[in-house]
Amino acid sequence: MSVAVTIESIEKRFDAFAALRGVSLDIQPAELVALLGPSGSGKTTLLRLIAGLEQADQGRVLFGETDMRDLSLRDRRIGFVFQHYALFRTMTVGENVAFGLKSRPRAQRPEPAEIRKRVGDLLELVQLPGLDKRYPSQLSGGQRQRVALARALAIEPRVLLLDEPFGALDAKVRKDLRAWLRDLHRRTGHTTVFVTHDQEEALELADRVAILNDGRIEQVGSADDVYDHPATPFVCEFLGEVNKLPVKVVGSQAFFGDRPVLGGLSQNQGGQAALYVRPQHLRIVDDLPLALPGVVEHLRRNGPLRRAEVAVQGLAKRLDVDLASQVAPAIGERIRLRITHGSLFAAA
Amino acid sequence: MAAATSVWRQPSILPGFGIALGITLSALSLIVLVPLVALALKAASAGPADIWAVTTSPRTLAALRLSFLGALFAACINAVFGMILAWVLVRYDFPGRRFIDAAVDLPFALPTAVAGIALAAIYAPNGWVGSLLAPYGIKIAYTPLGVMVALIFVGLPFVVRTVQPVLQEMQADVEEAAALLGAGRWRTIFTVILPPIYPALLTGFVLAFARAVGEYGSVIFIAGNVPMVSEIAPLLIVIRLEQFDYAGAAVVAMLMLLISFGLILFVNLIQARARRRFGDV
Ligand SMILES: Nc1ncnc2c1ncn2[C@@H]1O[C@H](COP(=O)(O)OP(=O)(O)OP(=O)(O)O)[C@@H](O)[C@H]1O
Ligand SMILES: [Mg+2]
Repeated sequence: MSVAVTIESIEKRFDAFAALRGVSLDIQPAELVALLGPSGSGKTTLLRLIAGLEQADQGRVLFGETDMRDLSLRDRRIGFVFQHYALFRTMTVGENVAFGLKSRPRAQRPEPAEIRKRVGDLLELVQLPGLDKRYPSQLSGGQRQRVALARALAIEPRVLLLDEPFGALDAKVRKDLRAWLRDLHRRTGHTTVFVTHDQEEALELADRVAILNDGRIEQVGSADDVYDHPATPFVCEFLGEVNKLPVKVVGSQAFFGDRPVLGGLSQNQGGQAALYVRPQHLRIVDDLPLALPGVVEHLRRNGPLRRAEVAVQGLAKRLDVDLASQVAPAIGERIRLRITHGSLFAAA
Repeated sequence: MAAATSVWRQPSILPGFGIALGITLSALSLIVLVPLVALALKAASAGPADIWAVTTSPRTLAALRLSFLGALFAACINAVFGMILAWVLVRYDFPGRRFIDAAVDLPFALPTAVAGIALAAIYAPNGWVGSLLAPYGIKIAYTPLGVMVALIFVGLPFVVRTVQPVLQEMQADVEEAAALLGAGRWRTIFTVILPPIYPALLTGFVLAFARAVGEYGSVIFIAGNVPMVSEIAPLLIVIRLEQFDYAGAAVVAMLMLLISFGLILFVNLIQARARRRFGDV
């Protein structure tokens, strides 16, 4: 049913502007892949290219073994959910969902009764039973989103492409729909690519995350991979908050000034580097080696965590440190910080 | 009844309903209703026998038929071609697009007499188009066909200008969605693209129709104005006025008014129903 999608060195320009510059990506059958990147990085363009709504200047897209260009739009059987839903507003919800089935050539078209039954099942699946007589203008944003999804699922797609499926919704609804989509994917097993600029969403939902920046894929990997072992400074910064320390690598140790701050490095090239450390990877410790002294200058709340801003001599920007709930330093207190995990990048 | 009173008391949370309604009604009465009442009184002054005579006279009936059927025909043609023209202007970029876009408004801007003279010159048997058609025995100027040509000319901008913004606003992604769902081109056009446009198209149709019914200046130059054949109702009114038959003119005018009002009311009802269903989005 679902099919592997292979994207081979795609290039796409709009006039002089290069929107995609050599993008390659292998997507396994039934895999759920997130395309993550800042606004304007080319996510929508890539998704539209996979669907064949846009022509690539270079490279190709394969569905299984077939070049996508050899298939008609109908034969590609792509379920596409648009960023702004693109529901047919003069049709009821039921007619929207039935549209794909009714568009089939007469020989393959199911009986009206069969279509009605399938529409009912699909609306059940997206948890909107009984709304088939409504018009899209009579639905909430989240409901429209799910109708768009039901409409895309109706054609039994081989590939499901979602463009910022939860973009227009509030945080709570996004979270609910996220869990729901994850569950739906587990049950239906469509090869799925979804676009988002919300890193949390991508990390939580996807089997693998592809991070796009400026028309290039910076890294592809599982959530743990990309989060804990970012391949580039961009990925590291884009996936979450991070402190930057200029360090010098000598042997297996990184030095901030003349103080060793991180050991056990396997990095073979020494010299100047930038050490990227997430707030949760800084721990307040008692006097021990590999510790960085600093002064707590500010305390604030960041969601469920408390966060300290720690001034370190020789560093212009204060370090953000996530605090375990039991330790609560006072403002002005002198503390020592241990870096438990960090990513080293050659200094720019 | 209770519901109706509450609707009256609090029609909307938007302020100023009372004063706005007051101004609207006064303006409407002064500008529209008072002259219409005067017209009705004038027509009534003719007395029942004369009214009946004017109403049933073959010349009046022929003129009314030409005016309304001609306007209907012209509005239909305009609906189709105006729609296509609007589509081309919105969806395609080609050299001269801006020029054509601007030219659409010419029938609005041109004094109607100028349009009439120009059309008559082109479609006359010795004009550019007329001379091409003459060998086949097709005559346009000075026949009912000429009336249609003039009515189509003056009505075109209405359809284009009402449909254009709706098309412009319609996102291309709806069409793409239809194509990915497997719909062919024709199915997409008739089930996805056209239905949202119908209300605007209907509005354009009504405007083009109304304009065509009342059109005078451009028609009389090309129509030839043969009684019973190519004489339009507005011209008949003018002729009656010139014969100082004010009551007779008022009767014809009143007939036009009633028919027009009935038709426009009918169309508005259709439109209101469509709007209730799909919302105004
Ligand atoms: N039809 C077009 N013509 C010209 N430039 C375009 C076109 N479509 C996209 N672009 C450009 O290509 C780049 C990538 O656009 P794209 O829509 O793929 O971004 P995106 O990653 O989806 O961003 P967002 O998160 O804001 O939706 C942008 O800089 C955009 O301006
Ligand atoms: Mg986008």
